[in-house]
Amino acid sequence: MNVPTKTAFKPGDYKSDLTPVWCPGCGDFHVLMSVTRAMAQLGTAPEDIAVISGIGCSSRIPAYTNCYGFHGVHGRSLALASGLKVARPDLTVMVMSGDGDGFSIGGNHFLHACRRNIDMTYIVMDNRVYGMTKGQPSPTTEPDWDSALSPGGTGLNPFQPLVIALASGANFVARTFSGDIKGTAATIVEAVKHPGFSFVQILSPCVTFRPDEKEWKKIIHDASVEATDDAARAARRIMTDDGFNVGVLYRGQRKPYGNHVSDTVGDLAMLDEEFVL
Amino acid sequence: MSDTEIKTKSELLVHAYQMEIEAQDRYTYLADLMEVHNNPDLVKLFRKLSWVEGLHAKHILEQMGEEDDKDPQPHELKWEGGESPEAFDLAEADYLMSPNGALKLALEAEKNAYKFFADIVETTTDADMKTLAVEFAAEEKEHVELMQAELAKYPEADWPERDDMDEAMSQD
Amino acid sequence: MSATGKKFESVSFAIVGSGGAGALTVGSILLEAAGKSGLYGIMNRSVGPQIRGGEAAAHVRLANQPVTCMAGSFDLLIAIDWNNAERFAAEMGLSENSLVITDSDGADVPEVIVSSGAKVVALPIKALAKAVPGGRENMIAVGLAAGVIGLSVQDVMDVVRSKLARKGEAAVEAGRLCMDAGLAQVQDYAARYGVDPTSTNDGRWLITGNEAVGLGAVRGGVRFAAAYPITPATEVLEWLSPALAKVGGALVQAEDELSSINMIIGASFGGRASVTATSGPGLALMVEAIGLAQASEIPAVIIDVMRGGPSTGIPTKSEQSDLNIAVYGCHGDAPHVVVAPLSVADCLFTGQWAVHLAEAMQVPVIVLSDQSLGQARIIIDKPANIAFFAQRKTYEPVVEEVYSRYALTADGVSPMAIPGVAGGQYTADGLTHAISGRPSSKNEDHRDQLDKRLSKINDFDYGDHWAEIEGSGDTVILTWGSIAGPAREALRLLEEDGTQVKLVAMRLISPFPKEALLGALEGAKRVLVIEQTHDGQFKQYLRAQCDLPGDIKYFHRAGPKAIGPTEICTQIRDWNIS
Repeated sequence: MNVPTKTAFKPGDYKSDLTPVWCPGCGDFHVLMSVTRAMAQLGTAPEDIAVISGIGCSSRIPAYTNCYGFHGVHGRSLALASGLKVARPDLTVMVMSGDGDGFSIGGNHFLHACRRNIDMTYIVMDNRVYGMTKGQPSPTTEPDWDSALSPGGTGLNPFQPLVIALASGANFVARTFSGDIKGTAATIVEAVKHPGFSFVQILSPCVTFRPDEKEWKKIIHDASVEATDDAARAARRIMTDDGFNVGVLYRGQRKPYGNHVSDTVGDLAMLDEEFVL
Repeated sequence: MSDTEIKTKSELLVHAYQMEIEAQDRYTYLADLMEVHNNPDLVKLFRKLSWVEGLHAKHILEQMGEEDDKDPQPHELKWEGGESPEAFDLAEADYLMSPNGALKLALEAEKNAYKFFADIVETTTDADMKTLAVEFAAEEKEHVELMQAELAKYPEADWPERDDMDEAMSQD
Repeated sequence: MSATGKKFESVSFAIVGSGGAGALTVGSILLEAAGKSGLYGIMNRSVGPQIRGGEAAAHVRLANQPVTCMAGSFDLLIAIDWNNAERFAAEMGLSENSLVITDSDGADVPEVIVSSGAKVVALPIKALAKAVPGGRENMIAVGLAAGVIGLSVQDVMDVVRSKLARKGEAAVEAGRLCMDAGLAQVQDYAARYGVDPTSTNDGRWLITGNEAVGLGAVRGGVRFAAAYPITPATEVLEWLSPALAKVGGALVQAEDELSSINMIIGASFGGRASVTATSGPGLALMVEAIGLAQASEIPAVIIDVMRGGPSTGIPTKSEQSDLNIAVYGCHGDAPHVVVAPLSVADCLFTGQWAVHLAEAMQVPVIVLSDQSLGQARIIIDKPANIAFFAQRKTYEPVVEEVYSRYALTADGVSPMAIPGVAGGQYTADGLTHAISGRPSSKNEDHRDQLDKRLSKINDFDYGDHWAEIEGSGDTVILTWGSIAGPAREALRLLEEDGTQVKLVAMRLISPFPKEALLGALEGAKRVLVIEQTHDGQFKQYLRAQCDLPGDIKYFHRAGPKAIGPTEICTQIRDWNIS
């Protein structure tokens, strides 16, 4: 493989030659465009980026990039990514999955990843459904959405990812819409640059199981207030959110997780000292 | 926010070129996508459209000078609404789409491209830019007519609306 | 020969198409129509990696007697189109006796198909569909297939009507016209591969393995289920959800498999027979809690619809490679019950039996179904209503008596107090405990409880259900689970050739039915052990548990290529020659 000698990267440099199996019309195509544009704008070499995912349609994305990728098991992408980043703080770690993978089976890891505030960016392509397994409700699905597994709807309050992220200590919290490729790319650039755990929820319609989500592009609207670094203010805003406000909600000042593996070679002999009689 | 006004002839050339390149890439991508999703009529059509856009791009390239940036970063471009006016919206793609349906969307894109240049003709005060914009607008008008001709070759009646009687397949 | 004395006859056909052509629907329509006419049949499918619009092949086998597997070769192949069809070519098993129908206006027939020597007939499928307002190519294919196989046009039309009715009368009419157009094209081949029904449809069922195992569980007494979607088990849960609601039960969609297994243990602790369904990756998550159910003696049924492994593996294909984790997956000494249905119909019986076993012995029971059963659609005789029903030994309080939840009993099963019963209060615990249920690290307590939990499953009378035994002779095919289907077929083929072979298909995997198996193998000179795993998990299990008699041959292969009846015959025939 040729080692690139250019100093500027283009979005195409981050795309692999594998054509996605996503259904034509899927919002994730736009997300892939936004992500590769963001990577180009950041100017990080593809080999210095790791894209970690779980299981689901969205989680197929690592193989569609030209970065180092890990298509892990269902719901554990944040754990994989946390280990990777602590072991290799020099890498740009981007975690990408869907709402089922990320908020259902991955829910526990989500809470703790926000708490731990390791420097990485977590992108969730939220289509409010389990697409890959053919249309079950996900944690962000509306309570009255009818499905075979939950006839008549779950009747449950949808999971609020931005609220949870904020409450758990994420350092950067944002929501975008996949249809706004430029805006999403810009937000991703900011998220990656922002230290600590950055969370971006991208509303990404599922053309096959949620054809109603085609209407999203009509109701998405920019948040009427600027981002804040005051968690309490952000919390008040997000609790009255209609789910379709886009923009950066919160930019925190927390120190990122400080524990890392370094390349310095220590003196092993000093470990013996405590045992010597 | 960055300004979204194209102010010079050079900028206009850069954007016009990127518009065609972007369109070419989109159609190639769509052709690949439709190949994976077994819609051979669309594969043929999109490859054709890609080739046509490539010709347009080449033509613009020939007009560009050394100082004109032939490979800008997408975020440096000043499209109103964020995307190239000639870009086929991937969200509108559908594996069951007919050539007629695809061409209607492609025609929309060409009309948007025409409008882009026509607006510049109206609003610009730079004489060189205006001349170029007039030229490009005329070309886009030709492209619109080309698309309409293509559309006529793929009448809606030949590809009645389909639905898929088979269920979706879960793969993971 | 069947009981009626009629010779077994079958026909196999495949419908291939892509990009929304609806090939799988053609297979479903024909299977259902055949069923109405009194034929038996089975359908499975092979698909590309796309979620929609992919290349798809419906595989259908129809017969005058019950069938449980594909023949391994096809008499008829109809290609609506050939896009990416090389993918299926290897599985086709065409010969010069086969007929291939292709669109005269479409792409060339792939070389691999041509080289099979099959007769290729080109018909104007697309043009015929276009000639009908609202016509569809797959409906032409329905007519083509119906004609070549000689199916009852009335029955096919009834099914077409039911499939298209919700789209309106015009769609139904278009379907009829297309079917007629297709029929008209193949008059020269009418009933070329016809199979006459030898009986009538007397209340037969059309069902999948996933639906059957769910129904079995409900018949067995299950009223609570917890669900987390996973390919290829999701259909069990999607069937159970409304079904349970109808019988006063409930299904909860869990956030993950750790939750779903713990939910069903909780429900079972509360006295309700409970079930969940998953596949390999989900079972891997569940093993800790299965150990909890084992140690605290709480009944639970876990259905594992096995898929290609390891790890994420091949979710859409079948394998038997979860044997090890099902039997050995728990940490510590945690013997429990593992059963495996032998066919789609047997999914119903085994699902019901599993509930009975779990409740009777207060133990987790893992049901090892697989994708080849779970997602196969089959026509079966109406299943009998069998008597297995959850019968948990529950505690009736006695005045002055202190309740010992884990009291040592003759059969190892202790009366279980159900919450709400005064005087029966105890704390269930995964910690090693005394007979009271209170934690204890004493040597005797640990040994007594381990002995109890082992003896209760070892001493249980499983009756004849541990296996299905057919045929006779000193050459034996020994297998388990879904391989019973192709093995039975192999038996029939060998018998037609004059070779007598015995089949032992194990339904009870753990505890290992050593005595029963050795009894069934008595006198065997040759034993062929067959399984769908890469390195012989069943082989290693057998060798660890007992010494098989005679000369042993092991035939094992991982998925995705199913082990077929002709391969099994070859294994036997080659062996006999030596």
